[in-house]
Amino acid sequence: MSTGTLKSHKPMHARDAQAVLELTVNNHPGVMSHICGLFARRSYNVEAILCLPIGSGAQSRIWLLVHADHRLEQMIKQVGKLEDVHSIQRHSANPEVFVHLEKFFRT
Amino acid sequence: MRLTGAQLIIHLLECQEITTIAGIPGGANLPLYDALSQSHKIRHVLARHEQGAGFIAQGMARANGKPAVCFATSGPGATNLLTAIADAKMDSIPLICITGQVPTAMIGTDAFQEVDTYGLSIPITKHNFLVRSADELLKVIPEAFRIAASGRPGPVLIDVPKDVQNQRLEFHTWPEPGWPEPAPAGATVDIEAAATLINTAARPILYLGGGVIHAGAAPLATRLAEKAGIPATMTLMGLGAVPMDHPRAIGMLGMHAARYTNLALEACDLLIATGVRFDDRATGKAAAFCPNARIVHIDIDPGEIDKIKTAYVGIVGDVREVLAALLPLVEEQPRAAWLEQVEALQARYPLHMSGADDPRLPYGLILQTASLLDDDAIITTDVGQHQMWAAQVYPVRRPRQWLTSGGLGTMGFGLPAAIGAALAYPARTVVCFSGDGSLLMNIQELATAVEEEVHVKIILMNNNSLGLVHQQQELFYGRRIFASDYQTRVDFMTMAKSFGMTAYDLAATADPYATLAQALHTPGPCLIHAPIGVQEKVYPMVPPGAANSEMIAGDADVNGHT
Repeated sequence: MSTGTLKSHKPMHARDAQAVLELTVNNHPGVMSHICGLFARRSYNVEAILCLPIGSGAQSRIWLLVHADHRLEQMIKQVGKLEDVHSIQRHSANPEVFVHLEKFFRT
Repeated sequence: MRLTGAQLIIHLLECQEITTIAGIPGGANLPLYDALSQSHKIRHVLARHEQGAGFIAQGMARANGKPAVCFATSGPGATNLLTAIADAKMDSIPLICITGQVPTAMIGTDAFQEVDTYGLSIPITKHNFLVRSADELLKVIPEAFRIAASGRPGPVLIDVPKDVQNQRLEFHTWPEPGWPEPAPAGATVDIEAAATLINTAARPILYLGGGVIHAGAAPLATRLAEKAGIPATMTLMGLGAVPMDHPRAIGMLGMHAARYTNLALEACDLLIATGVRFDDRATGKAAAFCPNARIVHIDIDPGEIDKIKTAYVGIVGDVREVLAALLPLVEEQPRAAWLEQVEALQARYPLHMSGADDPRLPYGLILQTASLLDDDAIITTDVGQHQMWAAQVYPVRRPRQWLTSGGLGTMGFGLPAAIGAALAYPARTVVCFSGDGSLLMNIQELATAVEEEVHVKIILMNNNSLGLVHQQQELFYGRRIFASDYQTRVDFMTMAKSFGMTAYDLAATADPYATLAQALHTPGPCLIHAPIGVQEKVYPMVPPGAANSEMIAGDADVNGHT
């Protein structure tokens, strides 16, 4: 997902620090909008996003790949305040959740 | 039980002890209005614009601290509400907005008066709901009240499609109403660390914001200032946390503070930031704010800690709970040297209240008004010069006495907020300080004020311009006055009368004080017209983006009267 004209950062390069965020959220039509909107209006680009329902389908797991810049701590706090977000966790080591997807994205 | 969604909403609102709802009916919320018409417990106040309804609800919520409700229809009804919702978000006001929406099957078809209310309200609400069936209402309505009033308060929007309002639901038990969750207390280890910092500081200052008011912590904050000999400054939203004339109060800080207040902050070695968010109008250039101080930051919102300034000790918790735990750990001390230093600063750099005796001049008008009222009176303001003058000198002495649009700075806030405050406290006098620019932005609510016979006194400082814009153009844009001086002069006296409202003109009377007294002491709404000069300025002033130490003017009487 790109934030279009709000985008303030260069595309991600291998050397950039990245962070992977793991969220557990309610599964209903407005949730993605709440989360993506929070990043978009702070011109914080989300480089990659994955979302699937978990358990009975009442909740979803969302994985986000983002730049780890100085605003990330504040972003995590703000995401954590959303009513539909049950938990947010930052993975310091790359959990490789996005790695195996690369074959679907070859140009 | 078998009820429609609309009947269900009204009953659930009654269970939440709602007695007044401001709003405007329209196509998509007519079922809701039909159900409301059958309620014996809820009175409806018909606003003349949905933004007015939003601010009337805000006035109720700001005056008594409880969530207040407003209604609007779909499309333009909902979009008209948005400014009042954004305002509530910025100032953490608990508001429940219930909007009608086109029938579920028509959502996404560009139906008449369809707009994406849910999407539009995401960034300006604490939370929002699009209700998909009547049974969801049993959960959503109490949830909305719980969310609006818990933790850091805020607005919640509930969008209800018309078919959901009409849907009949068979159910057996009513849900429990939604009340605020217990407030988090703050970590003991952090509170102890804060106490140690306070006990060992030489030059501490309490920096009190709207969070102190919301938490009901004003008496505790005052007690802390007294016990430990700590000067207390307040933000625009925090006025009333400590009485303005209390020996430890040092007034409002920031862009239009008295010089001594900002200079004292410059000199402090410990800043006890309580229920504040380090707003730029309070801090000036953040990097230069309190350059010599360690910071203790107490706030219920974890997102505020370290957001603008890094806290030496950050305490996430309810301000009242934290101060109650902190007080016994804080040593009683006179701190004479520091208080003397602050007094010396105050003596050398006071606020120059020129014209304090003359009700035809801004400070005089505000102070004479105050002298005619007791502390039960509620003061609302609009946004601009009159707001800053009133914030500087009105002797606010209790929490929730002072209602103003702080974060969003919404012109047009004052009149409907005053109506709301008067509805919440019908026996009290509510004064709305306004300007001609601001008043015109929600002028239609004069009709609501007259219809409701509320005890609202509008004091209109009329300089026929957008005064604060005029001031900035004069000071910072080479005196190129553009689009801030009105070319047409509105006859506000005739306008008020055309709405059926009594109007008094302080320019047309030999004894303006007596006229003011008569206006304030006559029951019912009125407009008090007070022409002021366009050359009058709010001083001192920190230029936008500058450090608070870089105040211009205000070290003498710059407005030229005595």
